[in-house]
Amino acid sequence: MTADSRWEHFHHGADIGVRGFGATKEEAFTAAALAMTAVITDPSHVAASTEVAIACEAPDDELLFADWLNALVYEMATRRMLFSRFKVIIEGRRLRGTVWGEPVDVIKHQPTVEVKGATYTELHVDQTENGEWRAQCVVDV
Amino acid sequence: MDTGQFQRIDEFTWEIPPRGAMRVPAIIYASEELIRDMDQKVYEQVTNVATLPGIVKASYAMPDAHWGYGFPIGGVAAFDPKAGGVVSAGGVGFDISCGVRALHTGLTRDDIEKVKTDLANQLARDIPAGLGSRGDIHLTDKEMQAMLSGGARWAVDRGYGEAADLERTEEQGCMQGALPEKVSAHAKKRQRNEMGTLGSGNHYLEVQHVAKVFDADIAAIYGIKEGDAMVSIHCGSRGLGHQIGTEFLKSMVVAAGKSGIELPDRELACAPIESDIGADYLGAMRAGINCALANRQIITHLTRGAFARILPQATLNMLYDVSHNTCKVETHKVNGGSMRLFVHRKGATRAFGPGHPDVPAPIRAGGQPVLIGGTMGTASYILAGTEESEARSFGSACHGAGRAMSRRAATKRWRGREVIDELGARGIVIRSPSARGVAEEAPGAYKDVTAVVDAADHAGLARKVARLEPIACIKG
Repeated sequence: MTADSRWEHFHHGADIGVRGFGATKEEAFTAAALAMTAVITDPSHVAASTEVAIACEAPDDELLFADWLNALVYEMATRRMLFSRFKVIIEGRRLRGTVWGEPVDVIKHQPTVEVKGATYTELHVDQTENGEWRAQCVVDV
Repeated sequence: MDTGQFQRIDEFTWEIPPRGAMRVPAIIYASEELIRDMDQKVYEQVTNVATLPGIVKASYAMPDAHWGYGFPIGGVAAFDPKAGGVVSAGGVGFDISCGVRALHTGLTRDDIEKVKTDLANQLARDIPAGLGSRGDIHLTDKEMQAMLSGGARWAVDRGYGEAADLERTEEQGCMQGALPEKVSAHAKKRQRNEMGTLGSGNHYLEVQHVAKVFDADIAAIYGIKEGDAMVSIHCGSRGLGHQIGTEFLKSMVVAAGKSGIELPDRELACAPIESDIGADYLGAMRAGINCALANRQIITHLTRGAFARILPQATLNMLYDVSHNTCKVETHKVNGGSMRLFVHRKGATRAFGPGHPDVPAPIRAGGQPVLIGGTMGTASYILAGTEESEARSFGSACHGAGRAMSRRAATKRWRGREVIDELGARGIVIRSPSARGVAEEAPGAYKDVTAVVDAADHAGLARKVARLEPIACIKG
């Protein structure tokens, strides 16, 4: 996270929206990933001790963003991990990511819900008038 | 929503006539109060569904409808394959075949009250719940294939439950037409260690008592009476279903562009039933249904084990198991003729009427049980499918209370510990690995389930049979 990057949650009737902002598209993607961890637990309680590589590809920025979050959902589910540090490189339709986290510890992390998947609801990747990037969607919990 | 946007057909039927790209009308069944409380997004989504190719009669929303993904949650739509009809991954949802299973216990409320804390502790120990929990079952590739083809029948063959359970499960516990080879390696990997786990969010296992019987005749057919103790299990196809939903959503969005289907919302991603991707999705989705049926069957077996330790006299026979996120091939009467349709129910329960051949013979005269999950502090309901619902909603009814408040708003308003203590003071024992999860699921965050089932009853979608109130709840 840089000084320009930040995240927030937004309202959805049954579930919850994750939104990341950043000076670059990559920063917005990583900030939104942190917002997704914050749906599950307090990210400051997740040690960035184990590294995992992520790769995805999609025909446009929005599908690529959903793919990125879904790749994280998959890694969280199959490795039983939570992530708190993210690095992303986007080249055209391809994304390469490195993420850091630790295995879920129910006592330490007090996980609230499992994220089932990133959806295409309220899915947007765009730049605001001042040039800031925004990446967001609703995640199904 | 503003009721001025609708043509009110009768007290509980609100229609939006076709306009623009809508091919059929949209119809919401609800009371005026429920319509006023619904999010405007329901209007948007129920009308968007009406634009999809091959839709028949109308796009419907049930009384518990709320803002979903593409389809509203509480949405029902049927498609004709001969008219270019589609199958939609968004129309089934991420948690394929999420549903509710109800079990008799052969015991009364009084029997449970004496030992409810011990029973809740035992159930919480024996049934894995919450994020990061794993079951004791670890499937090999070969067993995964067998589970995805066999559903609850596979589970019973492996010793999880009894053959009699299958007769009381939709599809007799095994969805035909499943194609396990169309389920990706990723989806299978996500499921490998998750069989027999409850999950999180709004999933639960609840011990309940029958607080009131509304229809004595149907209740007698179902074998329930006031004071009876019952068990209700709400969960779905776990990681496997979520992964199937995620992957086909993307491939259907990409394919829709190529096949010229205009999507008003990407989440409405769909493909012609008679296309390769449509057939692949149906095969994978049916395997997902089998996974959910197997999962609820294993949890039933674990529940019986927990009861056997605390209340060995319990019998735990099944009343019924019904799913509420599915696409099923069914024959319905349309304009005097018979049509084979692909009926999507997203957060909606099948509700076939008395005499329907798909309802198990011992309870067929009462109609199909419609199991409505409430909140851990209010009530759940058992309804019965009606003959009328066939004409009104392709034999469908509501599935739950529906959220009235977002998860975020709920955690700002309540703390998990307070919710647990308050319910404890009312005699309801809550066990959950997550206090924040309990706050998100606080009873006050949901709509009034009684208003929802009353609307379903008045609209003729299903008949109210019994009200069940919680004694103990294991939250995921």
